Order: sequence, then C-alpha cells, then structure tokens
Amino acid sequence: MIVTDNLTKKFGDNLAVDRLSLTVDEGEVFGFLGPNGAGKTTTVRMLTSLIGPTFGTAIVNGFQIGKQDYDIRRTVGILTETPGMYDNLSAEYNLQIYATLYEVQDVSGQVEKYLRMLGLWERRKDEVGSFSKGMRQKLAIARALLHEPRILFLDEPTAGLDPEASRLVRDFISELRKQGRTIFLCTHNLDEADRLCDRICVFKTHLLVVDSPANLRAQLFGRKVVFHLREANDFLALTIQALPYIQQARVIDNKLVISLDDPELYNPEIIRLLVQNGANVQFVGELRHSLEDVYLQLVKNK
Amino acid sequence: MKKIKVIILKEWAEVFKNRLVLSTVIFMPLLFTALPLIMIFTTRDSGMEELSSDMPAQFSQLCSSSLTGGECFQVYMVSQFMILFMLTPLIVPVNIAAYSIVGEKTTRSLEPLLATPITTIELLAGKNLAAAIPAVLATWISFFLFIAGAWILVRSPGVIAELLDLMWWIAVLVAGPLLSILSVNFSIMVSSRVNDPRVAEQVSVIVILPVLGLFFGQIAGLFFLNRLIIIAFTLLLFLLDILMVYIAVRLFQRETILTRWK
Ligand SMILES: Nc1ncnc2c1ncn2[C@@H]1O[C@H](COP(=O)(O)OP(=O)(O)O)[C@@H](O)[C@H]1O
Ligand SMILES: [Mg+2]
Repeated sequence: MIVTDNLTKKFGDNLAVDRLSLTVDEGEVFGFLGPNGAGKTTTVRMLTSLIGPTFGTAIVNGFQIGKQDYDIRRTVGILTETPGMYDNLSAEYNLQIYATLYEVQDVSGQVEKYLRMLGLWERRKDEVGSFSKGMRQKLAIARALLHEPRILFLDEPTAGLDPEASRLVRDFISELRKQGRTIFLCTHNLDEADRLCDRICVFKTHLLVVDSPANLRAQLFGRKVVFHLREANDFLALTIQALPYIQQARVIDNKLVISLDDPELYNPEIIRLLVQNGANVQFVGELRHSLEDVYLQLVKNK
Repeated sequence: MKKIKVIILKEWAEVFKNRLVLSTVIFMPLLFTALPLIMIFTTRDSGMEELSSDMPAQFSQLCSSSLTGGECFQVYMVSQFMILFMLTPLIVPVNIAAYSIVGEKTTRSLEPLLATPITTIELLAGKNLAAAIPAVLATWISFFLFIAGAWILVRSPGVIAELLDLMWWIAVLVAGPLLSILSVNFSIMVSSRVNDPRVAEQVSVIVILPVLGLFFGQIAGLFFLNRLIIIAFTLLLFLLDILMVYIAVRLFQRETILTRWK
C-alpha cells in the first residue's frame, strides 16, 4: 500500500510535483498517467527513496520515505525509465549482481526462476549488449522482481517497444497482478492503462483525477447507448426523449444514440417502447469513448 | 561486505574488457619498472673516478660517504626514475574510475543500482577499491620486479642499500595507496561533470602534477628526495585524501547523482 500526503518536489523554481495526495491499495494496478514532463518519474523516484521530497511525505509498504529508506528499497521493485543494464556483462551476471545487492537468499535459484519466466534462460550467457530492446526490458523487469517485492514501480514499461514486445510485457503485468502484487504503472499510453489498471490517476504536476477507467468515461461524457434500427426516424427519437430518465436522444443515419445514466436498468424498457412504436431493433451496444478522449478532455480543461 | 565485493567484481568484469584500460594497467607499470632498470644497466660502468669531478655539489648530501662518486652517480640517475613508481598508483585508477563512472552515467545504470538497499558509502567504497586495488598491486609488483632486477644488475652492495632506502619503502607501500585513493576520488569528482570517459581521463590526469613536481624538481636540482621530503609528502597526501574523500562522499549521494550529475 502507498499513501502520499502533499508530496511535493521542486527543482529550483521548477515545480515538478505539487501536493500529491493519493492512496494506492494493496494488490491493485494503479495507473499513473500524464504527458511527458508531468512529473511521473520524479514521483516514482520519491516513492522509491531515490530522491527526497521538498515537502510532504509518503508511506510505502508501511515505511516512511526519508526515515526508513533502507526498508523501502528492500521491499519495493523498480523498473527505471531506462533499463540501465551492464551491456558487456551477461544477462545472468547482471541479475546475480542485483540479487546479491537485494540480499536475496537463494541467488542462483531466483535468477533462474525469473530468467525462465521471462523466456531469457537460453540467452543467459549472452552479453546484454546483443539483446533487442524488448529483451532488455524483460531482463529489467526480471531484475525488479528478484527480491519478490510487494510493490512494483514500472516507469513506462512499454515505451519504445514494438507491438509484439509491448504485448508480452503487458501480459506479464497482468500475470503479476494475479499474484497479488501492488503495481504502480507510469505510462502515457492510455490504451495500456485502460486494459491493465484498476484505477487511473491523471496527473500533470497536480493530481487531476483518480478513478476507475469506466467511471472516468462515465463522469466526463455520461453513458451512451446506440440502437441500430432498420429505419430510424425523428418520431422515435422524440418518443424516447420524453422519458424522464433520458438526457438526450438523437438520430444518426439508422441509429438512435441515447444518453442516460443507467443503461442496465432502463434499456429493456426503451427496447419495449421502440418495438411498440414499430421499430425493428437490429443491435444494441454501448458507445464507448476511448480513454484518450477522457484524458484529452481532462488535460484540456485544467 | 558482500555488497562491496559484488560491486568490485562487477567493476573488474566490466572495465577489464576494455583493452585500453587493461593495457594501461599492465604495460605502464612494466615500462616504469624497465626505465630504472635500464638506467642501472647504462650506468653500471660509472665507477670511474674521473666522473666525480663533474658532479653537482649536492651529491655529497645525497649519498652516504661510503659510496664512490661513480656509485653515487648511479644512485642519483636511478632514483630519478624510481619516482615513476609513484605515477602508477595515480594513473591506473584514473583509467578505471573514468570508465566505470562515466560508463555508468552514459548507460544510466546508476539509477537501478541506487534503488537497491546498498548504502552510498558501500557503493563508493566498491568503486574506490575496484580502482585502487589494481593500482596498488601493479605498483607493488612492479617495485618488487625492480628490486629483483636491481639485485641482478647492481654490482655494489652500497648502491643496493641506497636504492632500498626506507624512503622508497614509504613511497611505495604507504604513499602508493594514498596516491591511488587521491586519484580515484579526484576522478569521481571529474566524472560527475563530464560525459565522455576520454575527457574524464584527460582532465583527471591533473592528479599526476604533485608527483611530476617531485620528478622535475629533482631533475632541475631544486632538491634531492630524502626521507624527510617523502614523509612530508606522504603526510600532505594523507590530508589531501581526507579532503578528496569528503568531497566524493558529498557528491556521491543518490539525490545528487540523479539530479545534479549532468
Ligand atoms: N534533475 C532535474 N533537474 C531539474 N528539473 C528536473 C529534473 N528532473 C526532472 N525535472 C523537471 O521536472 C518535471 C517532471 O519531470 P519528470 O518527472 O521526468 O516527468 P515525466 O516522467 O512525467 O516525463 C519536468 O519539468 C522536468 O524538466
Ligand atoms: Mg518519465
């Protein structure tokens, strides 16, 4: 669990993180979303005891930053923005160094476990310099897990990877989530955040909003249901619009687009009404705004 | 201790893959062993009396009275080059530290390293020892090779005694390690400011100035090295080392490395 309280970092006059207060629950995948320069890396560095806050504090895994830094470092894992591997040493040696530094009891056992889990066992003797970007990233993730941390910080884990490598990394993150680890995921990839995260915080120096991806969409745009009809017309739209719980009903081609708060509750009634008025309903579906729309809306508004 | 050891071994595994660094560590000390031995060899016949008349007056204070003028000349010439034994502990660490620190900076490998529960003191100790141990070993080995060579080449036991004077033991066994500590920490200071290992190396080589001062001071006849000068020099080094280590510790903090090293 992570709790931050007015966490603030200034570099000279440049305010990088401003009074960030949030809670990340045990076992959740928490998306930390923001454009370049938003202060994501700075936040991660503060929460992993790499740099100190200018103001405010945070509790990570029950330990306070600045006071129990050793315990924090011992119990969290971090995938830094750049993997920073030793290129002219082998993959295995790279991990052995870190396992020792993380005070792992069974160094060779843990190294083997994660090299196998990430599909790098066959290449363990090769110099990391010969690895592709995706392989390096996987090795860096392995490195962050050697000491079985409860909380894992991932700073843009799929940035710069090709779609296939990105997908492997994402699948692995889902896997980690199933193991019950808390994951703090920094990204500016909205699609990724949408798929992986239980909750998302949109951040740009200040905390803009925290919520689940679905709630964020609903809050900003309301929910919309699309009824595909054989033939839509304005009469049908007006009939539906007259219902008290409908915010808006519009005709677009042969579709009726209806805004309402609780489609699960009211859709059956709407369908009945449409049928009674002679409409032929072909499909019903929810119009989903991408998280990108949500995000752009938020960053624009504030 | 385990953590310091793993850092040292990692540094060596990395840095000695660099041919340039490896050859500096091996060939430079060999060269510095060969030069004084060549001097012994070329001055081996200078036992002739007529040489004594050409010698500077200070020679009498340099050599004990039991030596002939020729022998004294040999001691003088050879000891010029023995000063080189104090260059090895300065130059070897510059090479290793410049590559190890600037290398970590450019590959950004310091950040994940600093995220581990290692203390910055342990990390700094690892970097120091990784650079200082090879330097001190290279110095000592080359000095012992020199002694062995001198035993074979020198004819007069009086000359041997002068060459193995206590001051050289202090210079090699005490000043040597102090010089290497000075050199590593100076290189760390320089490396925190530059991004090219070659530049770091070139700038760090400034640390050889104090030893070059001894070398040219003696050649120019400003002074002759004696026990007193060497002991004073060693004390000065000790103080400089304290200053350098203090600065290095200040520079080698997580926050400073991540936010102020450019
Ligand atoms: N070492 C530093 N010195 C000065 N400013 C910095 C430093 N590190 C980051 N910043 C500034 O802090 C802000 C946030 O940066 P960062 O945390 O790297 O953002 P993100 O990871 O979201 O892209 C930026 O304006 C950046 O210029
Ligand atoms: Mg960043």
